[in-house]
Amino acid sequence: MRGNRFTYYIREGVSSIFNHGFMSFASVCIIVACLLIMGSFTLLALNVDNIIDTMESQNEIMAFVNETFSEEEARAIEPEIERIDNVDYAVFVTRDTAWEDFVETYENSTTFEGLDSSVTRDRFVVYLKDISLMEETRDALTYVPGIDYVRASTQISQGFVRIRNIVTLASIGLVAVLFIISLFIMSNTIKLTTFERRDEIAIMKMVGATSTFIRWPFVVQGLILGLIGALVSFTLEWGLYQVLIQQLISGSGISFLTVIPFYRVSIPLLIAYCAVGLGVGVIGSMLAIKNYLKV
Amino acid sequence: MVQFTDVFKSYENGTKALRGISFTINDGEFVFLVGPSGSGKTTIIKLLTGEIAPTEGTVMVNNYDLGHIRFSKMPYMRRTLGVVFQDYRLIEDKTVYENVAFAMRVIGASGKEIRRRVPYVLELVGLDTRTRRKPQELSGGEQQRVAIARALVNNPRLIIADEPTGNLDPARSLEIMMLLQKINELGTTVLVVTHEKELVESFSKRVIAIDAGKIISDGMDGYYRYER
Ligand SMILES: Nc1ncnc2c1ncn2[C@@H]1O[C@H](COP(=O)(O)OP(=O)(O)O)[C@@H](O)[C@H]1O
Ligand SMILES: [Mg+2]
Repeated sequence: MRGNRFTYYIREGVSSIFNHGFMSFASVCIIVACLLIMGSFTLLALNVDNIIDTMESQNEIMAFVNETFSEEEARAIEPEIERIDNVDYAVFVTRDTAWEDFVETYENSTTFEGLDSSVTRDRFVVYLKDISLMEETRDALTYVPGIDYVRASTQISQGFVRIRNIVTLASIGLVAVLFIISLFIMSNTIKLTTFERRDEIAIMKMVGATSTFIRWPFVVQGLILGLIGALVSFTLEWGLYQVLIQQLISGSGISFLTVIPFYRVSIPLLIAYCAVGLGVGVIGSMLAIKNYLKV
Repeated sequence: MVQFTDVFKSYENGTKALRGISFTINDGEFVFLVGPSGSGKTTIIKLLTGEIAPTEGTVMVNNYDLGHIRFSKMPYMRRTLGVVFQDYRLIEDKTVYENVAFAMRVIGASGKEIRRRVPYVLELVGLDTRTRRKPQELSGGEQQRVAIARALVNNPRLIIADEPTGNLDPARSLEIMMLLQKINELGTTVLVVTHEKELVESFSKRVIAIDAGKIISDGMDGYYRYER
C-alpha cells in the first residue's frame, strides 16, 4: 500500500465523521452506553465471583463433636471428615481454645461470667473446596459418627452463588444484544455516508477502483468511531467504578478487600473495549457498504 | 478491441433489449452507434462496462470475456475503458482538477503521476484555464469536457460515450465530437452513442445502426439505414 493511499483513507474517513457530526456523535454515544452496560455487568460478575472466592477461603463449617468424646477420640474423627469430597481440610479446635477465643472476642462483656469452658465443645473447623456445594457438605458432615451437629451459613453462600449465576447469564445475554444494537447503529451511521457518496462510489467503480479501495475509507470511519467509543467508555467506567466502590464500602458491610481494585482489571477491560469498539466499527462499515459493491 | 457475438439480453422484467447482436470494433476505430430511443444502445454500453451481464452470447472487451470475468478482475477491466455519460456525472463539490485527479487517485496513482498527467489531459480538452472551477460554474459543454478528461486520464484503450451531446446545443455538440475525433487520432478507440442524425452525417465514420435490439446496418462513411 502506498503512503498516498493510506493518507487518502484516513482523510476520507475523518472527513465523513465530521460531515455527519450528529450521527457520529449519536453512534459513539450508543457504543458508549452499550460498552458501559457490558463493562458494568462484567465487573459486577467479576466482583461477585471474587466475593465468593473470598468466602470460600473464609467460609467454614463448624462441626461439633459429641460431648462424651475424649480429646483423643475427637481427634480420631478428622480423617473421616477429610474423606468427604468437598472438604478441603479440617482443623481441630479443643473446647478450651474455643472458649478462650470466645472470651477474647467479647472481652469487655460480663455476660459470660460464671460460665466455663465446659459449656463449649470440641469442634472441627471445616474448609470447603467449592462453596456452592455447602449444603451437601453440611449434610454429609452430620452423618460422620461422633459429630453431633453442624453449623453453616449456607443461606449467605447460596445467595451469592445464585447472584453469580444470574449476573453471569445476564451479562452474556446483554453483551450479545448490545453488540447487535451497536452494530445496527454503526452501520446506519456509515450508511448515511455511503448514501451521500453514492455518486462518488459509482464513479470509483466506473474508473476501476477495487472493492477494497472503495471500502477502506468507510472502514476507517467505523474504526475511528469504535475506538473513540471504546476510550470514552473506558474512562467513564473507570470513574463510575471508583464512585460505586466508595458507595458500596461506606454503605454496606462489604469490606474493601473483597472489591477488586480497578487497576487489576483495567488492562483486560481496555483491551476488551477496544476489541468490541473496533469490531463494531469494522463489521458495521462492511454491512453499510456491502450493497454498493455488488456490480 | 470489442467483440459482440450473438448477444441476447433480457432484463428481469422480461424486456428483450437485445436480440442477437454481433459486431467487432478494432483498436483505433471511431464508431457511432445509432438507433431510436429504446432500441438497446445503453444496454450495449452497460454490457461493455460490465454493469450487466449478457443473457446469451459472448462480450469480449480488451481481451476480457465479460460473461465469465471474475468479480475481482472487473476493476482491472474497467481501467482499460473510459466512460462518458449524457449527464456528465461530475462530483459537485470537487473542482475540475480534483474531479479528474480523483479518477487517478482511486486506482492508486501516486501524487507525482497525478500532478504530471492531469494538467496534460485538461489542456488536451481545452480546460487548462478552468482547473479551479466547480462544475456548476461551467457551461454544459465545459462540464462534458471535464468528463472526457476524466475518462481519458487513466489512458484507456477505449472511450465509450453514451449520448455525450444529448444536453448540448448543436455548436457545443460539434465541438465535443471534434474533441472525441482528436482523441481517436491520438490512438484511442472511440465508440459514441447518439441519435443525432446531422452530427453523424457530418463525420464520415463507421456507423452501427440498431433497432429493437437488432443491428439493421453497419457501414462506413456516415452511411446507415434509418428503418428496418
Ligand atoms: N433496467 C431495465 N429493466 C428493464 N427494462 C429495461 C431496463 N433498462 C432498459 N430497459 C428496456 O430495454 C430496452 C432498451 O433500453 P436501452 O438500452 O436503454 O435503450 P436506448 O439506450 O437505445 O434508448 C427498452 O425497452 C428499455 O425500456
Ligand atoms: Mg440510452
